[in-house]
Amino acid sequence: MTSSLSTVSYIGATILFILCLGGLSNQETSRRGNLYGMIGMTIAVVATVFGVQVTSAGLPYIIAAMAVGAGIGLYAARVVQMTQMPELVALMHSLVGLAAMLVGYANFIDPAVSVNLTPAEKGIHEIEMYLGVLIGAVTFSGSVIAFGKLSGKIGGKPLTLPARHWLNLAGLLLVIYYGYAFVNAHSVPEAMTPMIVMTVVALLFGVHMVMAIGGADMPVVVSMLNSYSGWAAAATGFMLSNDLLIVTGALVGSSGAILSYIMCAAMNRHFISVIAGGFGTDGGSPAPAAGGAQPAGEVNPILAPETAELLREARNVIIVPGYGMAVAQAQHTVYEITKVLRERGVNVRFGIHPVAGRMPGHMNVLLAEARVPYDIVFEMDELNDDFPTTDVAMVIGANDIVNPAAQDDPTSPIAGMPVLEVWKAKTSIVMKRSMASGYAGVDNPLFYKDNNRMLFGDAKKMLDEVLIVLKS
Amino acid sequence: MSLLIGVPREVFPGEKRVATVPAVVEKLIKQGFRVAVEAGAGDTAQISDDAYRAAGAEIVDDRARLWAASDIVFKVRGPDSDEVGLLREGGTLVSFIWPAQNPELLKQLAARKATVLAMDSVPRISRAQKLDALSSMANIAGYRAVIEAAHEFGRFFTGSITAAGKVPPAKVFVIGAGVAGLAAIGAATGLGAIVRANDTRPEVGDQVKSMGGEFVPVEYEEVGSGVGGYAKVMSEGFQKAQREVFAKQAKDVDIIITTALIPGKPAPRLITEDMVKSMKQGSVIVDMAAEQGGNCECTVPGEVVVRHGVTIIGYKDLPSRLAQQASTLYATNLFRLMEDMIKTKSIDGDAINVDMADEVLRGTTVIDKGEVSWPPPAPKLSAAPAAAVAKPAAAAVKPKGHGHGASSGPMAGTKTAVVFGVGALLFLLVGRFAPASFLAHFTVFVLACFIGYMVVWNVKPALHTPLMSVTNAVSSIIAIGALVQIAPDLSRISADLSRPGEWIRWLSVGAIALATINMFGGFAVTQRMLAMFRK
Repeated sequence: MTSSLSTVSYIGATILFILCLGGLSNQETSRRGNLYGMIGMTIAVVATVFGVQVTSAGLPYIIAAMAVGAGIGLYAARVVQMTQMPELVALMHSLVGLAAMLVGYANFIDPAVSVNLTPAEKGIHEIEMYLGVLIGAVTFSGSVIAFGKLSGKIGGKPLTLPARHWLNLAGLLLVIYYGYAFVNAHSVPEAMTPMIVMTVVALLFGVHMVMAIGGADMPVVVSMLNSYSGWAAAATGFMLSNDLLIVTGALVGSSGAILSYIMCAAMNRHFISVIAGGFGTDGGSPAPAAGGAQPAGEVNPILAPETAELLREARNVIIVPGYGMAVAQAQHTVYEITKVLRERGVNVRFGIHPVAGRMPGHMNVLLAEARVPYDIVFEMDELNDDFPTTDVAMVIGANDIVNPAAQDDPTSPIAGMPVLEVWKAKTSIVMKRSMASGYAGVDNPLFYKDNNRMLFGDAKKMLDEVLIVLKS
Repeated sequence: MSLLIGVPREVFPGEKRVATVPAVVEKLIKQGFRVAVEAGAGDTAQISDDAYRAAGAEIVDDRARLWAASDIVFKVRGPDSDEVGLLREGGTLVSFIWPAQNPELLKQLAARKATVLAMDSVPRISRAQKLDALSSMANIAGYRAVIEAAHEFGRFFTGSITAAGKVPPAKVFVIGAGVAGLAAIGAATGLGAIVRANDTRPEVGDQVKSMGGEFVPVEYEEVGSGVGGYAKVMSEGFQKAQREVFAKQAKDVDIIITTALIPGKPAPRLITEDMVKSMKQGSVIVDMAAEQGGNCECTVPGEVVVRHGVTIIGYKDLPSRLAQQASTLYATNLFRLMEDMIKTKSIDGDAINVDMADEVLRGTTVIDKGEVSWPPPAPKLSAAPAAAVAKPAAAAVKPKGHGHGASSGPMAGTKTAVVFGVGALLFLLVGRFAPASFLAHFTVFVLACFIGYMVVWNVKPALHTPLMSVTNAVSSIIAIGALVQIAPDLSRISADLSRPGEWIRWLSVGAIALATINMFGGFAVTQRMLAMFRK
């Protein structure tokens, strides 16, 4: 394959990647979009392997490595539970980060790459290399920690070291200082020390950054790491003067950044304050308990048969799922109930808060898995006005996203966050294990409202009971 | 803030409703208003003066004094000319007005420099539903229509088998599935009747079903949704097809309830005298459009008549016949309006300045400080489908272009300038120092960022997870970086260069393996997820 032919193939692959992302903008075209992505990737890999930059000596290694990778990848994709999607995505980000690091190091120890470069080009190339490894390392360690947090291997509470902003600043200065030393080094062994020190600092920085972020902010973190993995690819592209890598990396990077922005907007918070971490402890505001007025009053518990009764008599029902539904794996039962109710002519709809779950769109995927048709699944803005005409709003394992304090109590740590106004329904039912507060650590006045009922217990178990009563 | 809300007794003959009820009085007072009610105002709605007093309202005997003292007057019916004279110069009036039908009244009120909010002009957008008094009244009217029909009808509604023989269920046909129609369907099914309904707007079929009725469509290609979710006038061909459907139903059913109204036009004549003749003896027609002339040719507005053995009810005051319920709902609508006015600062302290930028208040206000502001500009968003010829169900809730950027709006001028300034400076620096080879890549990079931004903005939130997993798969393009390093063509490079080839190779192999996991795993899992999304 000639050099021009592989360039043209790269252009084709680029176009396919753009179509791929564009195709995912709605359900009808999404599968075709994914197909475009696969074709694009195949073209890119084939054009490279048979292109001028790879000699036939590498083929056995390439085939072996890809066979191993493909096997593991396909296996993982087949066995993963839909509730574990956030973990899987985070883990995969870490692989991209690690791959970017390895590529950077390989490039770094190869003297052949900088033979014909002018001094200015060599300087730029070194900076690119340094940045590539830096971003790769942050992505890697950050994603590993995110994986740990999402899979419950590491606690969800934010770790807030005493002088954490200063630590981060010190790390940044250290990285800049060694970057200077790296560019001025004359040989590979001489540059090795700055490179390794930077890598270690970057790894620590990634760990520290994600450790400081609370569980409720995980959607932002996951999409941010997604963005980073794109930037890492783009930086590698600069390093290797490869436009395909640059374009694809930039596409992924900007899409991740937009998703992060959307998530932050949905929580009415600034990107910076999410990244700075430690929910509700920034800016010297007092602990939540001292701030907002503590809601008081009696909660009204309810049992499964009564819940079924309420649902059966309702005409309009809105179900608001949260992370609790994912944890209890209750999505299938939820759909069974939906089906029974819809057959009875009850108008059942789902209301999805943008940050429900642990990654963007998490709830939609779970409901889709349970075969809930997507045209009865709505975004918050689409049905928030409909709660006053709703008979029963059923909240399954969600807390902060239905907290009226976000609207009523300006001192609440979640004040101003858009929430689903379930309390405006005639009756709201909250399914929860206990009275514990959500990730934001804020008590929820919804529980004490007169028209609210609490159905305590495991979501799956309770819903199964409701289903039995409904069917009988 | 201590604005005084005055609630006079309704003077229109036969009007039994009143514009506030004790429970709402309490809420109004909690919002900081004072409330005065004319003595005996609630009598016809079975609400005593004592009940108002207990809720905190002041009872005023002198009608003229009440009108003169009130900052805001709540009424049900629009004022007659006497009442206009009583209204304080520059005062505020909230009631039904029907500005299109009553231009003279509008002129008189404008002459009093009044501010008038017409409850019949509330825009039909979802945000305004809570103060949509027309809907509340229509709901009551629909219920009452069924009750009136049951009263005149000589049989049970429910079918049953008794020791004394089998009773067939009554069959009810409802024409027009608006709020009133739906309420009638609900009430009639509640009584046990078999209910069918027809509407020119095919998208309401599901709503009919949700109320327990059966939708009888007119098989004719034309969609009858006009502006603002109301019906529009239909073509000749459609009307013919429609008449055939009605004629067939008339022969079969026991009770017909008609609710067909087109805003600003006389009610369409849907039930002909021939159809009435074809109905069974003892059947009942309730013509809810009697006030606008009636949907039935035999209707006498305001009266109950028997024609060809069929009882035809043409009451014009159905909501008023359920006075207490109607008063309660109407009072709540008015309270919501007050809440909206406080929220938009239309009521701020003792001043009333209607916020004409607010779509709901703009539509409701027909006279603003003596200036006639009716009719309002057309509503921006309609509850009706935008292009529902093919798929009415899908069109019922049209998603916005994208739900996120909409609220942010354009950036402030200075902020934009700063952003552009910083950007220009950065580009200058890059252009000053970077070599040409870098700039080519940089161009590609910047453009790609923009493309990514444009493409991803439109992604539906429901697809965020698949999007992330697909971008994750795409980012395994990093494998290319490893591929080009695993066994490069070294012939062009001088041989004496010592190169740690083994190291490079194994680093690359590792990177390829890792990236491939991602590549295959990412695409496969995306495919798996997308396959699950279904309608």
